[in-house]
Amino acid sequence: MRGHNLAYFLREGIKSIFLHGFMSFAAICIIVACLLIIGSFSLISYNVSLAIDNAEQQNEIVAFVDDTLSDEEAKDIENSIRAVPNVQDVIFVSRDQAFEEYSTELGEDSFLLDGLEDESVLRHRYRIFLNDIELMQETADNIENVPGIDKVNASLEISEGIISVRNVVRIVSYILAVILFCISVFIISNTVKLATFNRREEIAIMKMVGATNAFIRWPFIIEGFLLGVVGGAIAFFCQWGIYDYAAVKVHEYMQILNPVEFTDVYIPVLAIFLGAGFLVGVFGSVVTIRKFLKV
Amino acid sequence: MVRFSGVFKTYDNGVKAIKGIDMRIEDGEFVFLVGPSGSGKSTIVKLITSEERPTDGKIVVNGFNIGKLRSRTIPRLRRTLGVIFQDFRLIENKTVYENVAFAMRVIGAHPRQIADRVPKVLMLVGLSDKAHALPQELSGGEQQRVAIARALINNPRTIIADEPTGNLDPARSQEIMKLLERINSLGTTVIAVTHERGIVDSFEKRVIAIDDGKIVSDKTGGYIQ
Ligand SMILES: Nc1ncnc2c1ncn2[C@@H]1O[C@H](COP(=O)(O)OP(=O)(O)OP(=O)(O)O)[C@@H](O)[C@H]1O
Ligand SMILES: [Mg+2]
Repeated sequence: MRGHNLAYFLREGIKSIFLHGFMSFAAICIIVACLLIIGSFSLISYNVSLAIDNAEQQNEIVAFVDDTLSDEEAKDIENSIRAVPNVQDVIFVSRDQAFEEYSTELGEDSFLLDGLEDESVLRHRYRIFLNDIELMQETADNIENVPGIDKVNASLEISEGIISVRNVVRIVSYILAVILFCISVFIISNTVKLATFNRREEIAIMKMVGATNAFIRWPFIIEGFLLGVVGGAIAFFCQWGIYDYAAVKVHEYMQILNPVEFTDVYIPVLAIFLGAGFLVGVFGSVVTIRKFLKV
Repeated sequence: MVRFSGVFKTYDNGVKAIKGIDMRIEDGEFVFLVGPSGSGKSTIVKLITSEERPTDGKIVVNGFNIGKLRSRTIPRLRRTLGVIFQDFRLIENKTVYENVAFAMRVIGAHPRQIADRVPKVLMLVGLSDKAHALPQELSGGEQQRVAIARALINNPRTIIADEPTGNLDPARSQEIMKLLERINSLGTTVIAVTHERGIVDSFEKRVIAIDDGKIVSDKTGGYIQ
């Protein structure tokens, strides 16, 4: 594209935005709102995911070893457990270690264990961590079938709860993103439609004197592009402010929740906002003026 | 050069506007296209500019075969044509200068070329002193001269004017036709649609008369009906 043409397209695109300023303003507001909703949900979803990863790491299965096995035999089962699908890590905990763990856990109440000087009441056990807690039930069953394993404790309720939270957040985010993307495209497309309508006489003259469709199209694409990208940029800074504020409040009310810093995620957020603004803007204008230039 | 061979045009609504036309207009000619209202004159103009496609027959305009034209090639055809309408079709919020420059700008001309050529063409149509006026500040005749300047700006081979004097009084009409004649004398083919007998009679030019979608007469001098 030659420089003087590009300058012309830019000038015309910008002029058009101001020519129907209210509609442009409305389009930018809608885009900002849509991006903020999508962005907020994605950030919540991201934080939930992090929390889940965290919980997943703490969500372990405990497998108790058959009492009749010797210490050596008990330790040898480890490889069989590792071979079970979905097992990420295995830690062997001997009777003594289990006893100590209980003591420290009980702290001042450790006198409760006093009657049990002989730690043989406890059993050797394995703490098992999973790759995917959605398959916890299945994996627990498989581990129970490993020879030498007597009993398996798996906290299925917790894992099920975590999974459903994650799935709900994910699905809601996807659905919202699709709906809001469509709304944004519709709004941009209407703005550009209005622009083409306002300029239908100019466009007719352009066609009459032999302007190419590409030439006629460019100012409108640039208009859509600018609306989308400006919307994306504004949304980014609003998101930043909202997120920082919300993160502080959330942490104030629930100390255990520790949202990530916005500055840790601002590059992907900015990229996604600008990218979405760009797509929405260009897509909205191309669709509209394709129809318009058919004649 | 414009050539029609066995051309028919039926609109989508079934109206048969052109019912078999053969004609040939050579480069450098000045031709009046006359005929009663609804006879198909504007349809012929639209066929030449490829705004409408012929239902049957062959049309060649300045080397472009209209029936086979791909939509991507239409701009190249249109750059060989300058079209003028009864209602001027100027952009209201652009000055005279900008209206004319616009036609050059949108086919990608360089600003330097534009600045060089627009004043010359405005001089040719006698509007140098009105360059910065808006269309609504001009008389009808002046507005039509802006439209002529715009049609000329890209140096077309053929000027097509569809009732260019339809909105003007006889004196203005005479001026506009004189201007078109002058442009013709500089080498541009001119095809002028009109149904004003007085105008046609005062110019010794070729007259093609259309009635009911067919040519009823084609000869030089005078309005024949
Ligand atoms: N776009 C269209 N769709 C359907 N019919 C049309 C269309 N344009 C013109 N016609 C019909 O075709 C016929 C010829 O019309 P055309 O405009 O060519 O006449 P004309 O000679 O230019 O008339 P006038 O002197 O009134 O301008 C008329 O019957 C008209 O109603
Ligand atoms: Mg007509």
